[in-house]
Amino acid sequence: MRFLYVLILALALNQAQADIEYRDFKQPEQEQAYQTLISELRCLVCQNQTIADSNADLAKDLRRQVYEMLQQGKSRQDIVDFMTDRYGDFVMYKPALKLKTMLLWLGPVLFLVIGLATVWVLRSKTTVTEEPLSKEQRAKLESILDKGDDA
Amino acid sequence: MKYLLPLLLFIVLAVFLAIGLNLNPREIPSPLIDKPAPAFNLPILATPEQRLSQADFKGKVWLLNVWASWCVSCREEHPLLIELAKQNKVILVGLNYKDEMPAANAWLTKHGNPYTVSVMDADGRTGIDYGVYGVPETFVIDKRGVVRYKHTGPVQPGDLEKVFLPWIQRLEAENP
Repeated sequence: MRFLYVLILALALNQAQADIEYRDFKQPEQEQAYQTLISELRCLVCQNQTIADSNADLAKDLRRQVYEMLQQGKSRQDIVDFMTDRYGDFVMYKPALKLKTMLLWLGPVLFLVIGLATVWVLRSKTTVTEEPLSKEQRAKLESILDKGDDA
Repeated sequence: MKYLLPLLLFIVLAVFLAIGLNLNPREIPSPLIDKPAPAFNLPILATPEQRLSQADFKGKVWLLNVWASWCVSCREEHPLLIELAKQNKVILVGLNYKDEMPAANAWLTKHGNPYTVSVMDADGRTGIDYGVYGVPETFVIDKRGVVRYKHTGPVQPGDLEKVFLPWIQRLEAENP
């Protein structure tokens, strides 16, 4: 039972976020937008963390930037543009769908198609070509069929 | 013959992995290249009552080097910046990023000051405008005030001769 408690606590730890700053929002939608944005922006210092997860100085500054821009009434798109203008597409955890990122998005599908095609080609190659039975084989077959299994 | 295809596949895979291993994931292409240097208006480190803006360097080729007294790898490139300053070929502007004035001044006294001038970006807002994510960073800015090159991380031995000096020479030859 104690193990279960520890496990539950350990799993809850995983959910902990680094953004401990107190932010005051006038509308709940704004807070929602803030939470969504900071969990979509990459912390460039730590690279595999969002700015919501990271405790790096830059992540703190970027959270502040997002908060201030929301307070100024900026839209989600304004903030995304602000970030990509400065840090490039890499700042978005989920890269935008454009020509440059096509391979990234369609790569998995492409590999699946290549895989399926390979399986198909290999299978069609290995199908056994049927040769007609020789006279002896035919006679043997017929005798088996006549007598049944117990022959 | 039977092993030719697996061998080829292995070679292709190995080449891709080798390329992947040699890529630097810290090297993120800057969207600022060929765009006007973001505006700033910041107090000068040595004389905080005076302010300096990027527009003050119109018509000149200049480098913007982001540094801080807390930045360990800044120490690594510092001798090279001193060497560059000695050659007196270019304006070297320091962006003292998220630092404290006494600490910054003490650092320059201790390690030497290669900067023509340093400005203070105490809260890191100018840093955000320049897309700074790994101090030190160095920007090469042309006479029209356009960012032409960005170097992330410490300047390495040989970078001056191979990268920065050629850039400076090229940009000096351009008409404003």
